[in-house]
Amino acid sequence: MSLTLEDVKRIAHLARIEVSESEAETYLAQLSSILGLVEEMQAVDTRGIEPMAHAQDVVLRLREDAVSEANRREACQAVAPQVEAGLYLVPKVIE
Amino acid sequence: MQWEVVIGLETHAQLNTVTKIFSGAATAYGAEPNTQACAVDLALPGVLPVFNRAAAEKAVRFGLAVGARINRKSVFERKNYFYPDLPKGYQTTQLELPIVAEGGTLRIQLGDYEKDIRITRAHMEEDAGKSLHEDFHGMTGIDLNRAGTPLIEIVTEPDMRSSAEAVAYARALHSLVRWIGICDGNMQEGSFRCDANVSVRVKGTEKLGTRCEIKNLNSFKFLEKAIDYEVRRQIELIEDGGRVVQETRLYDPDRDETRSMRSKEEANDYRYFPDPDLLPLVISDAYIEEVRSTLPELPQAKRERFMSEYSLPAYDAGVLTSSRELADYFEATAKALGGPLSPSPLPQAGEGDADASQLRNAAKLAANWIMGDLSAALNKEGKDIAGSPISSSQLAGLLKRIQDSTISGKIAKEVFSAMWSGEGEADAVIEARGLRQVSDSGAIEKIIDEIIAANPAQVAEYRSGKDKLFGFFVGQAMKASKGKANPAQLNELLKQKLAG
Repeated sequence: MSLTLEDVKRIAHLARIEVSESEAETYLAQLSSILGLVEEMQAVDTRGIEPMAHAQDVVLRLREDAVSEANRREACQAVAPQVEAGLYLVPKVIE
Repeated sequence: MQWEVVIGLETHAQLNTVTKIFSGAATAYGAEPNTQACAVDLALPGVLPVFNRAAAEKAVRFGLAVGARINRKSVFERKNYFYPDLPKGYQTTQLELPIVAEGGTLRIQLGDYEKDIRITRAHMEEDAGKSLHEDFHGMTGIDLNRAGTPLIEIVTEPDMRSSAEAVAYARALHSLVRWIGICDGNMQEGSFRCDANVSVRVKGTEKLGTRCEIKNLNSFKFLEKAIDYEVRRQIELIEDGGRVVQETRLYDPDRDETRSMRSKEEANDYRYFPDPDLLPLVISDAYIEEVRSTLPELPQAKRERFMSEYSLPAYDAGVLTSSRELADYFEATAKALGGPLSPSPLPQAGEGDADASQLRNAAKLAANWIMGDLSAALNKEGKDIAGSPISSSQLAGLLKRIQDSTISGKIAKEVFSAMWSGEGEADAVIEARGLRQVSDSGAIEKIIDEIIAANPAQVAEYRSGKDKLFGFFVGQAMKASKGKANPAQLNELLKQKLAG
């Protein structure tokens, strides 16, 4: 599988990463080589092996359902660019 | 052309945990903005999710209640999209291996038919925050209290064939999630909301038509109206030579129409992948059995038991099992009223049958009153059964006085109203207001004699064959007795006397 420059730009856009033309070229080469590695791995016969969802073969830790986080709004909002009436303000997003 | 409507529903039910699905922040509704949004919910750098075991327990409860297979291993995935009320840039959800797998069904009843709706799957995910688009000088306000609240998304097969079936399913599901205690079902607060996938096809054909998804329907009424509108829109479109475009639509209740949600081209490229911050959730057989053992008797089983044990008609049994509280109230009333006869020292042959028939009669009387006067009074004041000022034992106390002929059914309504407004137990009201039924035939005869004497013309007419006048005499006599005459006795005596 090979990527095109358009694929790279689309992926960048979906991830909201701004890339220049020359960067896009660089990433195209790098991403393609990663896919090349994946292709090599495809050659390994994995029939009968259960797919893993995580690199480590351990299971999820469970937490008791009890409140452990107190209200720290003031501290959290101290670093926010703009707040009002307890809300975080962001540029208008409605379409 | 005959059209067939095909509907599948996706329902988001908020799991009623105390804390978020991946953080220890509280989930209480209505808190001051952002006071229940901790570092994990805000997606500050370096934070990691820690899964809430209660969310898994509630999801498993649901899966078992609908008879679905539970995945022994389920996996959380990231669904990537950008929106300010989703600070991480992805929603943690489950895609390929949801906790509740296939095999579930939910039975719906509509008039005289029943139908099983198949449940495809149900998965756990987190809710987003809230965007407030008004009043911030051109900015949008973000409240992240809701961000990270655990949801279960319940997906059906396209098994419903009308808006009425969709509403019946949504109601049955709403009742079930509350019944098994996993969701408060508060639709105004958004705890239970539906998306409807709607398509139409020519009746008799197999192939599904192109569907549209109507998002975020938060009342049964809107669900019904949105589907009805959408069905009309699609049929008209096709009949005019157009074609349905697969898209997401929103229902506008003010205009009673659905509108296309303008969305960006890549809106649906979510680039799901397993969340590396979360390990697979593994559930043991023993855990599943442990959860199963805590499930209450389920609505459908209870409904069937009400029909067999109390001989209730299907309709009554359905209404009385619409919520667990109502079902418990009914059963407590019926048992208090028609419980086993007082133990006799020498058991008589056939006494068991007598007990059973007494219980059935009591159950029917209790059902009628609960579905009639009690429901009407509750509706009028916008209360549910938990808020009833008359307890089940108090209602049984009233119905007992109908059974033993202390009062008539009509007088009982007056006693009921008095009890409702806090005048005390049935017996106290009957005594205080002097409502005890007159069953003394001497007293009733005296009243009848007076009525006959006072209405000679009507008596003559009646005797010459105008039978309809009988009602007039009953009315007069009842009025004279202030409604307290035993109706059966009154009828009997009146008939004799009028015959002359």
